[in-house]
Amino acid sequence: MNAVLVMGVIGADCHSVGNKILDHAFSEAGFKVVNIGVLSSQEDFINAAIETGADAMLVSSLYGHGEMDCRGLKDKCVESGIEDILLYVGGNLVVGKQDWEDVKRRFFEMGFDRVYPPGTHPDTAIDDLTRDLRLNIVLKGGRTDGVYSAY
Amino acid sequence: MECILLIDFGSTYTKVTVVDRNNQRIVCSSKTRTTVETDIMLGYGKALAKVQAQMADAEYEVIDCLVCSSAAGGLRMVASGLVKQLTAEAARLVCLGSGAKMMGVFSQKLTSGDVTRIEALNPDIILLSGGTDGGNNECIIHNAKKVSGAIGHIPYVAAGNKNASDDLEAIFEENGVYYKTTDNVMPELNQIQIEPARDAIRKIFMEKIIEAKGLGEVKEKLSKEIIPTPMAVLRAAELLAGGTDRHKGWGPLLVIDIGGATTDVHSACDGYPTRPGAVMKGLVEPFLKRTVEGDLGMRVSAESLKESVGLMTLNELSGEPYEYIEERCSMLSGNIDMLADTEKEVSFDESLAAAAVKVAVDRHAGKIESVYTPLGTLFYQTGKDLSSVDTIIGTGGVLVHSKNPARILEHSLLEEAKSEWLRPTKSKFMVDGSYMLSAAGLLAERYPELSFKLMNDYLKEAGRNEDEPQERKMV
Repeated sequence: MNAVLVMGVIGADCHSVGNKILDHAFSEAGFKVVNIGVLSSQEDFINAAIETGADAMLVSSLYGHGEMDCRGLKDKCVESGIEDILLYVGGNLVVGKQDWEDVKRRFFEMGFDRVYPPGTHPDTAIDDLTRDLRLNIVLKGGRTDGVYSAY
Repeated sequence: MECILLIDFGSTYTKVTVVDRNNQRIVCSSKTRTTVETDIMLGYGKALAKVQAQMADAEYEVIDCLVCSSAAGGLRMVASGLVKQLTAEAARLVCLGSGAKMMGVFSQKLTSGDVTRIEALNPDIILLSGGTDGGNNECIIHNAKKVSGAIGHIPYVAAGNKNASDDLEAIFEENGVYYKTTDNVMPELNQIQIEPARDAIRKIFMEKIIEAKGLGEVKEKLSKEIIPTPMAVLRAAELLAGGTDRHKGWGPLLVIDIGGATTDVHSACDGYPTRPGAVMKGLVEPFLKRTVEGDLGMRVSAESLKESVGLMTLNELSGEPYEYIEERCSMLSGNIDMLADTEKEVSFDESLAAAAVKVAVDRHAGKIESVYTPLGTLFYQTGKDLSSVDTIIGTGGVLVHSKNPARILEHSLLEEAKSEWLRPTKSKFMVDGSYMLSAAGLLAERYPELSFKLMNDYLKEAGRNEDEPQERKMV
């Protein structure tokens, strides 16, 4: 059984190149990618995750409004009954020269599990996701061997 | 002469149409009251006697008999899915595309209250969906347990996450209900798959519903295959738009049927974005889409039509004072057999029809929203863009008898002030003056060339004035 992940570009952001690259990289790595594409609202992410039974949500943002667009996403996940889903976010999350550690902290506080700066290699996120998914299974008392063909 | 008998058991009338296969023409037709309360064959017998009388001098042989029915309430369905905008919506579109009348649509896990409501709605079939393939399967399994445990006499179609189908079959077997499991209505996110579920619904309609509606004898004596009438109309629209092996179709089109109780809109077109910068959002709707507006009709629903469109709109359309509109609408909904006699009444009927067309097409068409972004204005499109539609076919008594059907159908077109609705922009208007669309739809599967030829010959272009209707040339 492959892990399912919902990915897309949040808000009024229509940068599609990175989205296509991530789709390719995660699919190649063996994940079942549900790509909802650009201009996706929080509700689009959540509805897609519920319907596809997704294990993780990968939120991209490139146009600098990521912080605004992502606010409340975790709360809505909890409200919609998918509180266990892994939330990843990455891209040009904020405008201006801000301290990355500070940005990261703010997104962690919003409930994201992983936060990536611009220029992160897809492999970094793939490795993290693999580890986090295994951890989730262990935490639930399951066995990890042979569960995800992703690795 | 080799004849094909086409029979339509309607809610009010039973219509019999005789088609000459060799000369590709309608020989004659007749209609009588549907007699489903006593014995449906009685009304049919009368209608048949009428056509036989008309054909008394001809030598003919009946080579085939095809039947559709919307008698005894038609096909009444309830659908359930997981997310309201996703699988529940897909399930709803599948039911409508199968010719059903929607009694209710449920999303998320069903509660005991929901089950009680479903029982009260008393549908003919319950469609369960939920989860993409490999996605969520908890919801559909929960719903199947809950509803089939409580309601045992209604057949089920399960068209959800394929990973759930083994569990579902076990549940249905255990509860001893009649069921069919079939392919998912939404195999991948936002992709709707209609055909497998539609076939399962059609089969159950044949196997179970026909008998329950007192049409058992029809099945035995006339035709093994009986389809719901709206499905026949959809088939006609599909064939007309797409054409046959030998003839090019008419291209994107709309069929609007204004009845006494409902206004049905059928579109046969892709509906992809045509506006620059438009991005599709949400469910990709099917090529063949049907919507039914239960609140928009000429008689039973005249009152609810008034409520839905508002007095002001009706006043603008008809020029009648509010008091007259109030009075007339409530009178019409109480007297469903009322015919419009005077010029004033006819004109008011046509205003009601125009209002029905306006609202029904709005609800059928997709919508465009502008989003102001740092990158400029962008457009989200949800639903189908009907601007490529260039033929609109009208049917239903008010259009057929109107001297100026184009004036009514014009209200389906885009209005400058409400350009967010993706309605047709310009179109040719046709009228089904001989009520032959459902008959042509019956022929569509087995005799596509014949069906296509008949539609070409018998659908007439709606004159804008009182010009002679013109026949459409065959391509």
